Amino acid sequence: MLSFLSSLYSGVVFLAGEAAGQSSSGSAGDIWQSLRDDFINNFISEKRYMYLLKGLGITFQVTFFAALLGILLGIVVALIRSSYDKLKDEMRPGFAKGLLGFFNFIAKFYLTIIRGTPVVVQLMIAYFIIFAASNNKVLVAILAFGFNSGAYVAEIIRSGIMSIDNGQFEAGRSLGFGYIRTMIHIIIPQAFKNVLPALANEFIVLIKETSVSGYVGLQDLTKGGDIIRSRTYSAFMPLIAVALIYLVIVIFFSRMVTLLERRLRNSDR
Amino acid sequence: MTAEKGDVIISVKDLKKYYNGESIKALDGVTTDIRKGEVVVIIGPSGSGKSTFLRSLNLLERPTSGTITFDGVDITSKATDINKLRQRMGMVFQHFNLFPHLTIIKNMTLGPIKLRGMSKAEAERRSKVLLERVGLVDRADAYPSQLSGGQKQRIAIVRALAMNPDVMLFDEPTSALDPEMVGEVLEVMKDLAKSGMTMVCVTHEMGFAREVGTRVIFMDCGKIIEENTPEQIFTNPQNERLVSFLQKVL
Ligand SMILES: Nc1ncnc2c1ncn2[C@@H]1O[C@H](COP(=O)(O)OP(=O)(O)OP(=O)(O)O)[C@@H](O)[C@H]1O
Ligand SMILES: [Mg+2]
Repeated sequence: MLSFLSSLYSGVVFLAGEAAGQSSSGSAGDIWQSLRDDFINNFISEKRYMYLLKGLGITFQVTFFAALLGILLGIVVALIRSSYDKLKDEMRPGFAKGLLGFFNFIAKFYLTIIRGTPVVVQLMIAYFIIFAASNNKVLVAILAFGFNSGAYVAEIIRSGIMSIDNGQFEAGRSLGFGYIRTMIHIIIPQAFKNVLPALANEFIVLIKETSVSGYVGLQDLTKGGDIIRSRTYSAFMPLIAVALIYLVIVIFFSRMVTLLERRLRNSDR
Repeated sequence: MTAEKGDVIISVKDLKKYYNGESIKALDGVTTDIRKGEVVVIIGPSGSGKSTFLRSLNLLERPTSGTITFDGVDITSKATDINKLRQRMGMVFQHFNLFPHLTIIKNMTLGPIKLRGMSKAEAERRSKVLLERVGLVDRADAYPSQLSGGQKQRIAIVRALAMNPDVMLFDEPTSALDPEMVGEVLEVMKDLAKSGMTMVCVTHEMGFAREVGTRVIFMDCGKIIEENTPEQIFTNPQNERLVSFLQKVL
């Protein structure tokens, strides 16, 4: 395993070295030496690790706030969609019904557009067209990824709402809760719990999706690694480092989700 | 609440509920009054409209036509705040419909806290008193899934009672229970009737109807066919459909 890795590594370094006009050699001691040199060159000198650190900060920031926005937006859109489906038959024609129909149309339109186009294109449209006047890349990225995520979250939550037995709804209404308050206190918490794994998965996807932020010049983790690569002319170290950091984050959050799921399951044994 | 014992609290006039245009007449002109302190038991064959009638009383079903007056207010009118009125009509369902994500005590205090603006401490204190009454105070912090069917239904009853309603509606509260658990739920309902609660119960428990009911309504095909004291209904039925129904169930 180790010898495979080191030969892989020396091969990569060889290719990279070719490109940079360096020479390379193959003995084991040399490999560890060049590994060390490479590490120092890519991360330590000129404090290049700061690109990764700062990039990671940006990635977290964008992901966190986009997820927050996505959840809020997703809940609102899911509520509109499922309320329309639930109420359209029993509502009397009138202003309220018209308004709900209108919102339902907007929600469907939003879902179609967002889910029908690549997120990187949405990000670029947001940055270069919609918010062309703004220079706040982080904010634009949060909005773009938030709106994107909201569409997927909405469908996840909607399926969760639809899966709750109608008796729960009637129990809430019969106590005197209005439609919205029944949703908030009774339906959404259960739906949320049911779809939590799917939502967490969406969050994990989001972390990885923000890696296209570099398209609008935002220096997230991926872009940070790429900048190091362009400075040191060596691709292996920075890119593998970036990949490992994503991997650790994703594994960490997946683990958290498993723990959370277990705790939730305990409550309805 | 202005009504005294014996005053009409719910008045139903020519209530109709149609599905699919006019092809299914779940209720076909029901007229009756329910008085404070009465225990009205509704019986009848499957599909006769018992549930539809009961669920119309708190507008879980919207009637096609007719009026329902609750404590002097026409609840079918658009101007009525139905959520306020529902707070005064507790409902118990066949399948309990406890909130599985909340503990027993939270199931009971949700309404009083959120709708009645009661403090958490007060709501919990009052819920504990109710739990005491049904012998389940030690299960306050359990989740519904940890209870037996009979226990669940007893909780469903006190959850509705926690809102301090004027009327209690029951839709076949014992039909989903294992036979050995029916008794404990009926016992709670009996106590409730004794305490003077106004009750409307759809049930197949003829023993309960006879012993606890103050009036029995027999429905068939969306209509009230016969209504009378339990004594008269069970010993001296008039309509032949009631006679044949009783022959089947007794
Ligand atoms: N949503 C609905 N759509 C169409 N028909 C309905 C609907 N709900 C009820 N019905 C019909 O209305 C009639 C009365 O139903 P209801 O549930 O009130 O009867 P029930 O007396 O409660 O019967 P059961 O003893 O089986 O509970 C039945 O014929 C039923 O099929
Ligand atoms: Mg029924």
